[in-house]
Amino acid sequence: MKKMIFVVAALLLGAMVVGAVDNAHPFGFPGKTPMDDFFLADALPNRSTENIVTAIVFDYRGFDTIGEAAVLFTALCAISVLFREGGRKR
Amino acid sequence: MNPLSVVVRTGCDLFAWFMVVFGVNVLVHGYMTPGGGFQGGAIIATFTAFLLVAYGGRKLLGWANEKIFDLFEEVGLLAFFFLAFMGFPVTFFYNYLVKPLAAGGVVPPAGTTALMSIAVGLEVSGALSMVILTMYRGIRMFETAPMEEEIGHDR
Repeated sequence: MKKMIFVVAALLLGAMVVGAVDNAHPFGFPGKTPMDDFFLADALPNRSTENIVTAIVFDYRGFDTIGEAAVLFTALCAISVLFREGGRKR
Repeated sequence: MNPLSVVVRTGCDLFAWFMVVFGVNVLVHGYMTPGGGFQGGAIIATFTAFLLVAYGGRKLLGWANEKIFDLFEEVGLLAFFFLAFMGFPVTFFYNYLVKPLAAGGVVPPAGTTALMSIAVGLEVSGALSMVILTMYRGIRMFETAPMEEEIGHDR
């Protein structure tokens, strides 16, 4: 019984994945483009940035980059605490 | 880790400083070439990994001053926040230094994008170097044998 439920669920999931892949837009032709078009048209004349990825990472979505820097800082803090010398002897 | 053979050490001598210069090049030109702060900082941090692998940990801990890496990290992060907050009369992360593409000057026309790339590069290089050093010291902490009898990854 359990096996049957598993098989049915797996088949259902496979069918959904196949349907989703089949319905995906072709590579290079996204479905909705107003945001992409804005970045491509705005980055060079208004932000003077040739590298549009950097313009997005450090300008349009800078708040996200602050999060990334905070993640790195938190990781360093955690590693320093984990590998600290001294403390309780075993 | 024990030092590796003289071939590896000579290769490290040749290429370690090149990696630092290349990383600085990547992060300084982050606004116009592929790359940027994170990538350049990671390339600079390979310098520490190079030295650790080629010359062994004992020499590296003798050479490296962790306060400098700490300073890099803090200065980079604070400069990043400062540049972001300076645009506050308009919005957070407003690019208030941007100039037309043909304009010259010390600061590149991309404005805060270029400066933030440098700041993040400082932060990432300091943080990754500190991670390497701290984790190496943490491994050594649990060893009871003296360093001469240590078994390196290459022997």
